[in-house]
Amino acid sequence: MIELENIAYNYGGGELLSEISLKLAPGSFHFLTGPSGSGKTTFLKLCYGALTPTAGSARLFGQDVRQMDRDGHAMARRRIGVVHQDCQFLDHLPVADNVALPLTVSGRDSLDQVSNLKELLNWVGLGNRASALPPELSGGERQRAALARAVIMSPEVVLADEPTGNVDWEMSQRLLQLLVELNRMGKTILIATHDLNLIRTAKHHVQARVLRISNRKLQLAGADL
Amino acid sequence: MTLLNALSTVFIGDAQADRVVPPTGFTARLTLFVAGTMAFLAVFALALSLASGRLAKRWGDELAQSSTLRISAPAGQMDAQTEAALALLQGTPGVASARALSNEEQRALLAPWFGPDLPVDTLPIPQLIEILETDDGYDAAGLRLRLQAEVPGAVLDDHTRWRKPLERAAGRLRMLGWVAILLIGATTAAMITLAANAALAANAQVIAVLRLIGARDSYIARAFVRRFTLRALIGAATGTVLGVGAVLLLPAAQPEGGFLTGLGFAGGGWLLPLLVPPLAAIVAYAATGAAARRTLAELA
Repeated sequence: MIELENIAYNYGGGELLSEISLKLAPGSFHFLTGPSGSGKTTFLKLCYGALTPTAGSARLFGQDVRQMDRDGHAMARRRIGVVHQDCQFLDHLPVADNVALPLTVSGRDSLDQVSNLKELLNWVGLGNRASALPPELSGGERQRAALARAVIMSPEVVLADEPTGNVDWEMSQRLLQLLVELNRMGKTILIATHDLNLIRTAKHHVQARVLRISNRKLQLAGADL
Repeated sequence: MTLLNALSTVFIGDAQADRVVPPTGFTARLTLFVAGTMAFLAVFALALSLASGRLAKRWGDELAQSSTLRISAPAGQMDAQTEAALALLQGTPGVASARALSNEEQRALLAPWFGPDLPVDTLPIPQLIEILETDDGYDAAGLRLRLQAEVPGAVLDDHTRWRKPLERAAGRLRMLGWVAILLIGATTAAMITLAANAALAANAQVIAVLRLIGARDSYIARAFVRRFTLRALIGAATGTVLGVGAVLLLPAAQPEGGFLTGLGFAGGGWLLPLLVPPLAAIVAYAATGAAARRTLAELA
């Protein structure tokens, strides 16, 4: 569903990533790790088409990113749930509306979705925070709200950028558990993190592969973790 | 987008789409104010154009088909020269009728200037002859030459030297009114573009979030376009009502007041201001749509 073929990316001052090839198979679970500034976020952006590779070809759901127009990108985003490191919300709308926003903008917000929304909010543990405004949420609550928003369209892929970056260990495990559950439901998961404990914990629950960015290249990390 | 689609977008809209952009109290009021002011001014420019148009037509019609012959002669020759002039005019092709004005008529003409008590009989007032032309008109130069030969005391005034500058002035005034309306429309578009750009810039984060979760540009643009179109419509409607009210309060046209008191609408002209609010809305729709498309295309 996401295929990167020998891609490179540079922001203008030398290449940040080069010779990267990756095929995300349906139902797979990947971790992406590497030191800060190694290009994890850039890599994720290449995966959901927010950036276009400067060399090589990236294909989303069989379509070349370079050939997609702005509407095409919008359509691809509906099939890829993204949880950002610093999740942005519409601060004037309550959490429930923010989580339901992908349905709203794609014209799929119908009445039967309301009960789904409630269920989803309970699932991420925000059932009693539905009417709060995003600025009133704690870091962990924001991450979970972002996760709920990322999965409400039932996307085929969920990309998460340091989803546990701002939360304590207990909350990290809860978020991880939610992502593992999604994977069991058949979603493809890619999590960028530098938290090795998180990766170790995950390995008890799910068949996860670990990708590491080092020296601008993507490597499959061994069993040394 | 078809017209029907555009209308349904603006009027029925999508309550949710409207909510995704945070409400902006202050700039909203400014947009309303601008639309209102511009509509108010447009109503006046419209009134000016229509009134000067009517004026030009009236002057043209009244003065075009008539001219005046003035005979100044010593008291003894006055009647003879008048007779001679009338006879000559009768035989001139292009003259439909010629008639010497009576003393009472001449006095009425002079009354506004000298008062009603003027003893006209005692003054050496020239005799006026009113000439009505046929549609083809007569040859003024030829008539002047013949009059010179046969009625030396006669001066022909075919009104051209009055009519032409007045008609031209009224025509210019009307054109000025239309230019003003065009400028008002362009200014409205410019101001709404500025306001829309400011709104789009202020909501950059909202737009980024919407793009991230898969909103299409058209959806995002719609939220802004609908807002500004409705504001322009409401503002312009208010401004139009106030403008028409102000025109109604102007004194009605009076014969003594000349053209200034004729400023306003007549008959079907009263319907024209009704076009101002929809036109303002169309201008706002186009301006905001263009601004939104331009801004969105620049985003990643």
